[in-house]
Amino acid sequence: MPNYHGLFVILSSLLPCIIFLIVFISIDGFIKGVIIQNHLPNSLILLGREEVDFSVSILRNNIHNLQSILSLEILSTDSANSLYNYYFFYRAGFLTLIICITTFLAYLAGKKLNVRFDARRNVEKILKFIFFVFSIVAVLTTFGIILSLIFETVRFFSQVSFSEFLFGIHWSPQTAIREGQVGSSGSFGAIPIFTGTLLITAISMLIAVPLGLYSAIYLSQYARPKVRNYFKPILEILAGIPTVVYGFFAALSVGPFIRSTGESLGLTVSTESALAAGLVMGIMIIPYVSSLSDDVMTAVPESLRDGSLALGATKSETIRKVIFPAALPGIVGAILLAISRAIGETMIVVMAAGLAANLTANPLSAVTTVTVQIVTLLVGDQEFDSPKTLAAFALGLVLFFITLVLNILAMVTVRKYRERYE
Amino acid sequence: MSKNINSMMLKRQSAEKRFRFYGQASLAIALIMLVVIISSMTYRSIPAFTNYGLNLSINLSKENIAQDNINYRRLIRDNISLLDSGCDDRKCRKEFLRLFSSGAAYELRDTIENDPSLIGKDFSKFILFSDDADLFYKFGIDNSLPESERRLNDREITWLNGFKELGLVEKRFSTNLFTNGDSREPEIAGVLGAVIGSLLTILITLIISFPIGVLSAIYLESFAPKNKLTDFIEVNINNLAAVPSIVFGLLGLALFINFFGMPRSAPLVGGCVLSLMTLPVIIIATRASLQSVPPSIREAALAVGASEMQVVFQHLLPAALPGILTGTIIGLARAFGESAPLLLIGMVAFVVDIPGSFTDPATALPVQVYLWADSPERAFVAKTSAATLVLIFLLIIINLAAVILRKKYQLKW
Repeated sequence: MPNYHGLFVILSSLLPCIIFLIVFISIDGFIKGVIIQNHLPNSLILLGREEVDFSVSILRNNIHNLQSILSLEILSTDSANSLYNYYFFYRAGFLTLIICITTFLAYLAGKKLNVRFDARRNVEKILKFIFFVFSIVAVLTTFGIILSLIFETVRFFSQVSFSEFLFGIHWSPQTAIREGQVGSSGSFGAIPIFTGTLLITAISMLIAVPLGLYSAIYLSQYARPKVRNYFKPILEILAGIPTVVYGFFAALSVGPFIRSTGESLGLTVSTESALAAGLVMGIMIIPYVSSLSDDVMTAVPESLRDGSLALGATKSETIRKVIFPAALPGIVGAILLAISRAIGETMIVVMAAGLAANLTANPLSAVTTVTVQIVTLLVGDQEFDSPKTLAAFALGLVLFFITLVLNILAMVTVRKYRERYE
Repeated sequence: MSKNINSMMLKRQSAEKRFRFYGQASLAIALIMLVVIISSMTYRSIPAFTNYGLNLSINLSKENIAQDNINYRRLIRDNISLLDSGCDDRKCRKEFLRLFSSGAAYELRDTIENDPSLIGKDFSKFILFSDDADLFYKFGIDNSLPESERRLNDREITWLNGFKELGLVEKRFSTNLFTNGDSREPEIAGVLGAVIGSLLTILITLIISFPIGVLSAIYLESFAPKNKLTDFIEVNINNLAAVPSIVFGLLGLALFINFFGMPRSAPLVGGCVLSLMTLPVIIIATRASLQSVPPSIREAALAVGASEMQVVFQHLLPAALPGILTGTIIGLARAFGESAPLLLIGMVAFVVDIPGSFTDPATALPVQVYLWADSPERAFVAKTSAATLVLIFLLIIINLAAVILRKKYQLKW
């Protein structure tokens, strides 16, 4: 099979080459930075780190073209030329290096080939290894998330105390623009954010759990198969609508509607209220509850149902007293996943819940959530060492941790349930 | 005794009916909400599809200037001033000009550049009104408000009514919505830039997540030994599928932008972040569809001497492909509607130009909806609704593709 021999040579020479390229791309920015920094005039370096970083970053984006380096007017003509040459040689040198290595490896692999050489098995070994590396990507992503969150969070807690963050009841992350400003220090008590998140999640679950469960009961136990096949996908469209559409709907229609209704009843309602965001989020979450509950209720063994019906129970009694308890672990899993989804939902709350960190349980007032704060702290201009931006990563870590626990709990309960009946 | 039983039975039966009704009602409420959301978006978007404008006659014959030297802004201003405004001071003239879109000069430039023969002639050109004037023609104006609180003062209203009486006002389909990038002026803002940005982002997502997802699913399903490591990978993938999307945005910001120094606001970074999010969806779908291929196929192939690799790539994969593609499309559709992680990596910038490459600053369509929803101009409400409709329409097309694929190619075993 000559195909495999060829493939063997290609894989064993190109694979290291690709790995080199990936390493090269990931350190490329760093190397460019070093080259540029060596070319910056002394006068600029004296201006301090921020100036230097800024110049390095704009030079880095324009380094490919001598004309555009010159047009930035940061460097003198001489040092711009020298920078460009350095850059050119660095690139060309690296390219030659890679070509040499690849040719050399191809030569080695070619020498290995002979009649006795089992190319197919070797190729398959290499391929298997590549696939394994790919399957590690998901794990690397998780580690990437955890590491980057923890890294920034540790920096945050070097500036703000741990107990203030977890137990403080005052949240105003604005730090001073000028010295001695009133309220300049910024306070990072995250309790109002957590209660706001809980409030909105609770409202959304109050909507989603009953509606979702009853829909699931109807679809799985009462509806004819034809009706079920028709309505189930339609119900799932609710989960497919982009959340930004829900957010816009909540901000544009539901918020003002609640406000005017509340005012006609003599209540004070802010335009951005926890209720509006929670209601709309509840509707979005219905299919998350109903789909999985539907599946687990359908999976309850027929014998249990038949036994109950044979004893003379009505259909609803069978559902409430037999099927529901039997399916309970699965349903709990579905609800836990839905809660995790509600806590992590961003766009609806960003657009409809407001920014004010009020410590309140009143659903008619504006509250803020973990996700809203992450977005507001990180969108727009940001300096990377201020506690304000780092706080977003601390909140992100809390969010990741809570959803992780919920997801794992849900997975475990659903798996236990499956083992029992399937 | 029998009376007791009868009343009990009646109670039980009505409980039964009630219970069933609750089920139907819940389903109905959910479906009604779906209809309400879609129809309210549709209803509110209607004004965005038309624009009012004025047929202005342009006198180019009087100005014998070279083609490359026309001051279009001036030309528009002079020609508008020929309409009778009855103004004699500067402030009044300025107010008069403000009724027209500031994009009119660019449109005139494009018209003339496309058809240079117009130079030296008089011709009529459709000039868009500004958003306030446009809203006046669409909805009228609330006269009960005091003049100072209205967007248009009495004098401007008189002018606008005057145009109408002269028969100069015309309502046209708004092509701007589909052919322009973002703008601060609602009447010339369009979704094309955002749609292109979304497509570029999704393309990157597809390129990264499809091969990695499918190959790692193949590994886990067909080659992986059953040990702690592969168990751990599995739990990881399942968990990753349920991690809030905004956390991926944080990862993208910390890793891709701050650590690797990739450009902010670029579809490249957006695509990388979304592909990490889509990866678990593709892996799970691929594994499910590989599992649904009957074991007999695998065994038959092995029996005639195929290697494991050949079994997978020549037999299992072709049979599972429709399912894999359907799962991939559904994952991509989810990524297409996602906005939260894109906010964090800077794809919320105000981008007028239509992005031409993967590293140009860009926004995505859902982010455009978010940006417009935040705009104070009233005309943007209709624009935002129209943008959500475009978004939903594109998603329907994507999902329809998945359904058709499944219906047409899925093998039944």
